[in-house]
Amino acid sequence: MPKKLPTSIDETVQLLSTGSYIADRPLATVVYLALKMGRPLFLEGEAGVGKTEIAKVLAQSLGRDLIRLQCYEGLDLAAAVYEWNYSAQMIEIRMAEAEGVDDRDRLQSDIFSDRFLIKRPLLKALEPHTNGAPVLLIDELDRTDEAFEAFLLEVLSDYQITIPEIGTVTAPEPPIVIITSNRTREVHDALKRRCLYHWVGYPNAERELEIIKRKKPDVGDQLAQEVVGFIQALRGQDLFKSPGVAETLDWVSALNELNALALDPKTVNDTLGVLLKYQDDIARMEGSEAKRLVEQIQSEIRNRA
Amino acid sequence: MVLTAANSNKPAPTGQLPANIMHFARVLRDAGLPVGPGAVLDALEAVTGGGMATKKDFYWILHSVFVKRREHTVLFDHAFEVFWRKPKMIEQLMQLLFQQVRVETKPDKKKAGQKRLAEAMFDQEEQQSQRERPRDDIELEGEYTSSAREVLRSKDFEQMSADEERQAREAIQRMRMNRLLVRMRRFKTSPRGVVDLRATLRKSMRSGGNMAELKFKARQTREPPLVVLLDISGSMANYSRVFLHFLHALTNDRSRVQVFTFGTRLANITRELKRRDVDEAMELVGSHVNDWSGGTRIGHILREFNVKWSRRVLAQGAHVLLMTDGLDRDDVEVLEAEMARLHRSAKRVVWLNPLLRYAGFEARAAGIKAMMPHVDEFRPCHSLNTLADLAEVLSGSRELAHDPRRWLDQAADKLAKEGTA
Repeated sequence: MPKKLPTSIDETVQLLSTGSYIADRPLATVVYLALKMGRPLFLEGEAGVGKTEIAKVLAQSLGRDLIRLQCYEGLDLAAAVYEWNYSAQMIEIRMAEAEGVDDRDRLQSDIFSDRFLIKRPLLKALEPHTNGAPVLLIDELDRTDEAFEAFLLEVLSDYQITIPEIGTVTAPEPPIVIITSNRTREVHDALKRRCLYHWVGYPNAERELEIIKRKKPDVGDQLAQEVVGFIQALRGQDLFKSPGVAETLDWVSALNELNALALDPKTVNDTLGVLLKYQDDIARMEGSEAKRLVEQIQSEIRNRA
Repeated sequence: MVLTAANSNKPAPTGQLPANIMHFARVLRDAGLPVGPGAVLDALEAVTGGGMATKKDFYWILHSVFVKRREHTVLFDHAFEVFWRKPKMIEQLMQLLFQQVRVETKPDKKKAGQKRLAEAMFDQEEQQSQRERPRDDIELEGEYTSSAREVLRSKDFEQMSADEERQAREAIQRMRMNRLLVRMRRFKTSPRGVVDLRATLRKSMRSGGNMAELKFKARQTREPPLVVLLDISGSMANYSRVFLHFLHALTNDRSRVQVFTFGTRLANITRELKRRDVDEAMELVGSHVNDWSGGTRIGHILREFNVKWSRRVLAQGAHVLLMTDGLDRDDVEVLEAEMARLHRSAKRVVWLNPLLRYAGFEARAAGIKAMMPHVDEFRPCHSLNTLADLAEVLSGSRELAHDPRRWLDQAADKLAKEGTA
């Protein structure tokens, strides 16, 4: 059964937290408004800060279906909206011939019927769902090209799609739309205008610690604190790509697998590839620099205690 | 103050709030945020929707409606601060602008966008009347603006003549004829190519499914994104005008061109160049960029570009056009490393060096030697006085003559000869 939409920002924070998503208040505000006003939510941010996760958690905690459209260059109508099952249609035509059907209108309505329609994510999202309007996740919109963006603009303004052979499909209830972008390309202002915008940043130390505790409950307190301290310090360094929350969680898992109870320079050096994905960044942080950071963080934690 | 109307869960839509939000939106618009009337209605709906508990919520509610780009957050933040929280701040700004009282103590810290905001807070007439005041007052305005930003040089361009404009059009025309196209993954109907089953089936319905005339589709082509990095330091000063005119024509002719200028700092001037009128665009560029004819730090600029921009503008097989003489007194190691990264992230890097017009050019300067291995093409241009030449240079096909290795080998040969002699 679908749950009721939250009626306040506090409830939204609660709702996301039941799905193990620790949201800060600005993000909860914009999610709440998107649900309340029925507007698409446009999330931008670095890779690995939890943009896609919001859609998954929303679908799960609201008890809705999640429909995901992964964008790529050259994404077209056939892959995003619908396609006809050509081979089945051909067979149908041959069968009609064999039976001697010569009523053109009947043949036309036969082969362009629902049976032969292959539904893709956008069309699926506009259909009635038994457990309420689904969550439509349009992931990494910046990967597709301007032509698809323009088409999306049309869908998102009226929540309807016209299929020439059948007619117009209109959503009984607009889906909850979440659009994410890594900003490898600037998305057109016209599309942004229809959405509520939010830049998803890196979490602060307190929230990151909470995320680790929620997602990886079997990790020791000391290790979690040191990891958060190290990652926060790493984000302050002059790196080509700073590690996101996804990397933090991966790293915690990796350290846990290695049975580490606290950070030590050697383990950090060995597992740096989990955090940093560019050779220049790794070369910069390896060895003495990693050692310095670890020592600095450990003394900071000791002082706090 | 105004917030009380919004604090109750069921606020009366009357009262001061709608008007205040409207005025706030106007301030944002004047300060340069693209805020339309639709956004004002959205804001009203969002605010009166309830669910607001604190002032911070009010801030984020308005933020989610009015801010559509990350860069706008700073401006929004200041505007919000001034408009909703500190009514006295408006008076302070006014005092600064009208010089009613000399403010002896320095304001705590100048923030980005404050100048634009100050301008936006007062309407046109006031600005007009202020401009007409005697010199004394204008000096104060200068003081205020320059303290909000660094004191740097801006540039006045000579206006473009009709003849030059004609030349620009012709040059672009010539480029269109032999432009570089890449194939997209998207298909469109075409007389030949692969069979388009969808179109074929629909067509066959006309004959009742008895006959099927084959329809075809083929890959679409388009120009790849182009990123231009233009050096505007002192040594390049003579060329910047003609380059910018050319880039203006180029930006308005095709989509997906991003233009950056650099000297001691990197500036994205794509939006400024999008103005249709060339003189207006040049004026905007002149005031937007403020490191004209200064020094150059190519290595550090490239680093900034790589970190801040490369992931945003170099996607989808972008080509990079680097216009610089490569004379850099900076750290050569940084330059080489960043050049290598740029080369790895871009599909193709073309270096246009005006020094090449001198017949005796050799790749001997340390900076040039460091950059050369990381470019795909090194374009000579014999005279760079007209746009036509520039277009010619850019549209020419890829030839062996432009291979950067040729220049490096030459320099090495010469060095070896000198060594033996």
